[in-house]
Parts: sequence; structure tokens; C-alpha cells
Amino acid sequence: MAKTRVIEIEPITRVEGHGKVTIHLDDHNNVREARLHVVEFRGFERFICGRPYWEVPVIVQRLCGICPVSHHLAASKAMDMIVGAKKLTPTAEKMRRLMHYGQIMQSHVLHFFHLASPDLLFGFDSDPESRNVIGVIDKMPELAVQGVMMRKFGQEIIKATAGKKIHGTGAVPGGVNKNLSIAERDGFLRDIGKMKKWAHGALDIARKYSLDNLMAVQAFAVFNSSHLSLVREDGALDLYHGNLRALDAGGNIIFDQVDYRRFNDYLMEEVKPWSYMKFPFIKSRGHIDGWYRVGPLSRMNTIGFIDTPEAGKALAEFKNLTRGMPNHMSLAYHWARMIETLHCVEKIEELLNDPDLQGTDLMVKGERAGEGIGVIEAPRGTLFHHYKVDENDLVTFCNLIVSTTHNNEAMNRAVKKVAQDHISGKPKITEGMLNHVEVAVRAYDPCLSCATHAIGKMPLAIELYDADGNLIDRNSQYL
Amino acid sequence: MSDVIIFKIDGVEVSAKPGQTIMNAADEAGIYIPRLCDVEGLEPQGSCRVCTVKVNGRTAAACTQPAAPGMVVENDTLEIRNCRRDIVRMLFHEGNHLCPCCEASGRCELQALGYRLGILQPDKYPYLQPVRPVDASHPDIMLDTNRCIRCGRCIRASRHLDHKNVFGYIGRGIYKQVGVNGKNLAQTDVHVDDHAVAPGICPVGCIIQKRRGFYDPVGQRKFDVNPIGTEIEKHLKDAGGKK
Repeated sequence: MAKTRVIEIEPITRVEGHGKVTIHLDDHNNVREARLHVVEFRGFERFICGRPYWEVPVIVQRLCGICPVSHHLAASKAMDMIVGAKKLTPTAEKMRRLMHYGQIMQSHVLHFFHLASPDLLFGFDSDPESRNVIGVIDKMPELAVQGVMMRKFGQEIIKATAGKKIHGTGAVPGGVNKNLSIAERDGFLRDIGKMKKWAHGALDIARKYSLDNLMAVQAFAVFNSSHLSLVREDGALDLYHGNLRALDAGGNIIFDQVDYRRFNDYLMEEVKPWSYMKFPFIKSRGHIDGWYRVGPLSRMNTIGFIDTPEAGKALAEFKNLTRGMPNHMSLAYHWARMIETLHCVEKIEELLNDPDLQGTDLMVKGERAGEGIGVIEAPRGTLFHHYKVDENDLVTFCNLIVSTTHNNEAMNRAVKKVAQDHISGKPKITEGMLNHVEVAVRAYDPCLSCATHAIGKMPLAIELYDADGNLIDRNSQYL
Repeated sequence: MSDVIIFKIDGVEVSAKPGQTIMNAADEAGIYIPRLCDVEGLEPQGSCRVCTVKVNGRTAAACTQPAAPGMVVENDTLEIRNCRRDIVRMLFHEGNHLCPCCEASGRCELQALGYRLGILQPDKYPYLQPVRPVDASHPDIMLDTNRCIRCGRCIRASRHLDHKNVFGYIGRGIYKQVGVNGKNLAQTDVHVDDHAVAPGICPVGCIIQKRRGFYDPVGQRKFDVNPIGTEIEKHLKDAGGKK
């Protein structure tokens, strides 16, 4: 029997959370299987039960330290339904939007400058000693400082709207607990011009990288898939609120303008025994073919336009590359991410000049409901929060489908494709080859901490193989 | 008998009226003695022992010990600070105090004392992680005994201010808990306007008024503005450091 050699990349570096990749090779170094495993475990869906609903937006954001605002706002939107707040006050909605744009900006900047830029600037095969953020600081200090200062700007926006840079409390069921002071507003307006200039600079780097390396980008971890996101009623990009739209690989609509409160009619989740992450799929297409991608790339594919002028122009150029057809290049996530960063800066500027942010009407309430669903476009993609609350105000049910979970199948395909393209059949496997696999995962900016929130539904399997790669024992239990 | 009692706290001369406790006199002198079970408006009970001081070399609870002429009180010494740290640590470790997602954060006296005493991480005792139920049966009030420190403030307020006896201790030793006079909170005659459930009576997040969590923004919460004890110490600063 042919022997299987297993290569493990553990931990995957420069991503949020803990995961590993396993690559199974045969006698001729051909890749037989390659998988992304998420090896950390959280359990939020279970321990949120029994807690009062108004605690939820504060508890669930502890899923993540990078984009806690996404969970904070998705849960708050769900709790708006619970307290019967059908329409927030202008101040409340705009404060939440400001918080959201601030966090997407800081999260995208963190990923681009700190995590991804070393690969793009120095090359996937470059010296690993300097292929990191320290290398960027060393060789391109001005660029590194821009990354740090842009992230700081986004974090300060979060602090001004949520009270703290990480894990704040600004959004409450039915609204927000503070407005933006004139002093806070003026502080941000002083720096907004600089932020816009730097956002353009980062966008140029990402765009140029794709265009200058078009052949490679068109070949690296490229595979057809469906794409899903929220879109505004008129088809514009809206990161805070909208309806669901899904496209197939050819750009045909699978469903459109679906009220996200009906997401259960359109999406399902599958569990597999080798990962703590679930595998969502579009119901009508079944669990084999129904997988899809989310996040910046998918959003650029699903939306019709961006309503801020400079990001709008950038989108047009992005779409021209594939002549308006869906872009399936994993590395194009970086370009899409920087278009969104520019969009967020433009939106922040627009909001800062809106006097509604100084309003004092912060909360509304209406008829109490027992079920709430909140959906938002988080930095990494569409985020679903679904809760049920009993008559005593305690949570009885919680289901979260986080952005990284949607991209689970896509990341596994990316890993397998890159492993086959760059490792299969090679007599010697180098660190650079393995980094190609990590680059593919990194393009999705996965947040593995967020993605492993479930407990009680995941059958963890332990498999024991002999030296020839034969399965000799298997044990499984529901946690 | 003289109308003024003179004694010393940490070498500072303090005056007290007859019948005043060490803590009352210290408060008036702008000297803060940490406390949890004692609160203005209720009879002291001396149970939490956070206000432990040394009086003429022997430990006593400052909230119940009357001031006496010539007393020498040690309050802010290393030994006493360490003693208080241990007491506060044990309260944290004995219950389930999850400050990051507790709506009492920023107004919680236990948390504020933790900060004041420099307890920044759980580094001394194991967590007991008790399993305690949440009583959310009442339409307006919730009882989460995971956060209870058994200070008895709700019990005294219910008994002496509301004349109701809604709350009381049940169990013994480490199993001692605050319980309610009924199957659950909804079956008692507690009302949201009662003193026992008013903000400021429960020093932690055990008794909360429903649907008001996180209304105060971070930065504007009680102890964000004035860290615990500073309002008392302000008297001393206003008087130029002498009393």
C-alpha cells in the first residue's frame, strides 16, 4: 500500500485565531488531500443562554478582539427586534454606522498593513526572517507608520462611539447610549484628509499588485463559486444594513433582496468531523454545490455600485478587470478590501459633517418580541446573529453564523488548489511553497476565533492512522 | 463626658462625636476606609470585614467600632492593605464575577475596590465557579446571585426601610446565599420602587433593574468619574490636606 506523508502547517501565521493546515502527500509527492483545520474552541452559542437579552451585545463581542464591533452591532440589531424598535432614531443609526465604518477601516488596515503586506511587498518566497510587519517597518517605515496611524484613527472612532477601543458598550437594544461631542467630531475632522490620502495610497498598492502580477493573481487560488452579501435596496454597497443577495459563479442571481430575517429559508449549515467550524450552504443548491464566498471580494461582486465618489470610481475599475463578471481570484480580496477602506473613510467624513450625530434622541422601543435576528456586513463578510428570548427576558436560543464560517469551504478549496499547484510533485518542499498555502488562507482574512463559537452540535472526531496512512481507529463524541 | 472625642488614624488627629464609629469619623475627616457591607442610610453590620483596621494593635471593623478617646487606628498600612486585598480577592474568586460583560461594571463597588487595591488579575486563589441560578421571574427586577457578595444591604434595606423582609440569608458557611421570601422574586411583594432594589443598595450586579443595562456610557459611569473613595478623600484635599 502506498504511504502517505503528512505535512502540517501549524500554526497558520498572520491570521486571527488558531488553525492549522494538513497536506497529505503520496509516494510521488502528489497532494492527495489538503485541509484547513480550526483547532480552537469557544462555545458562545451555549453559554449565552440563560443571560438577559440586554447583556448579549456586550457578551458576544468577546468572541473577537479584532472586529468585536461587528458582533456588538449584529447582536444589537437582533435586540432591536426584541424591544420592538422598528426604526432607530437618526442619531442612533448614524452613531452605529460611524462605529461600524471605524471598525471596518481599522480591521482592514490591520489585515493589509500588518498581516498581508509582507507577502505582497516582499514576495511569497522571500526571506521569512523579514517577511513580517517588522520587515515592513524596517524597509518601508513611512508606509508602516501610515498603517499604524490609520488603525489608530479607526480605533479612536470606535472609542468615541462605543466608549472603548475594544469591547465597548455604545449600542444598546433600541439605540445607543451616547452621541458624538463637538470636540470629538472636530478632532476627527482634523485628520480625515490625511486618512483619505493614505487610504488612496493603500488602494494603489493593492490595485497595482493585482494589475502588475495579473497572470499570477489570475492563477493563484482561483476557483468558481457563488457570492453572498447584504446589498442596499438600490443595489449599493451598505455595510450596516440591507437585504441578502446571492450570485452564482456566472453572475446570475440566486436570490435577491431577501429580508435577512428570513435567512433560515435560504441558508443551512453542515457540520464535519474534522473542524470546529460549520459549513454553511445555500439551501436551494444543496450541501455539495451550495457553498459560497463572503467578504470584500464577494461584496464587490454582488453590489451594483458604491455611493461614495472615490470608492465608486475604484469599484468601476475593479469590475472592469473581469468585464463585470464575478471576480473569483482569492488574491483580489486585498484590492476589494482597500476599496472598502476608502469607502469607510469617505463615509466617516460624510457622517462627521452630519449634525444628527450631536442629537440627543438616542433610544426607541416598541412592542416586545420573542425572537430577534441581526445581520451586518462585518469586515470579513456577512454576519448573522439569531436569538430567542423568553418572557422573563432571558436568552433561550442563540445561533451565530460568522463571516469566516461562510468562507470555510472556499478556504479549504484555496488550500487544496494552492497545494496542488505549488507543492504537488515537487521533489523538495520549501518554506516558500508552504507560505503559498498560508497566503491563500490569509487572503480571506479569516478570524478563526470568531468562527468556532458553537458547542453541542459539533462531533469532534479523533482519527488514528498507521505509518502507511491506514485509518486504524476512530472515536467521536458530541461536545 | 466631652462632646468631642479625639483619636488618631495613621498618625492624623481626628475628632468624633460620642457614638460615632471610626468609619463615620474618618469619612468626615476625609480619610477613606474601604467598605462593602456598609452604606449610608443603613445600620452597619460589620460582616464583610473589608473595613478592617487595627485599633490599639487589635483588628476591628471600622464600620461598627465606636470611636474612643486616645484610640490609635491603623488604616492605610501595608499589613491592612494586604488583608483587605485578600478579602476582596476571595469575594471575586468565590462567586462568578465576569466584569467584562457585567452591566454593573463602572458602578460596582467590588470592581472599584479591586482597582483601588491593585487587584488586576486572578493570581492567588482558585475560582470556585459555583453554579447559581438567575431569578428573572419578576417583570422589573432580576436577581443574579452569581454576583452576590452577601453584604446584606438588600436584606437590611428591605427590613428596615421597606418593612417587607423580601430578602434574607439562606444556607450556612460557603453555601450561605441571599434568598427571597417566596418561591421566586415574582412571588414576593417586592416593587421596583423599593429601597432594597434601588440603585446603590446592591454594591455589585446581583440585584438589577431590568432593561437598563449599559445605559451609562463608558467614561461617564459612577466610578469612571470618581474612583471609589475619592469623594470622601476630596474633603481632605479641600481642607488643604489637614483635618
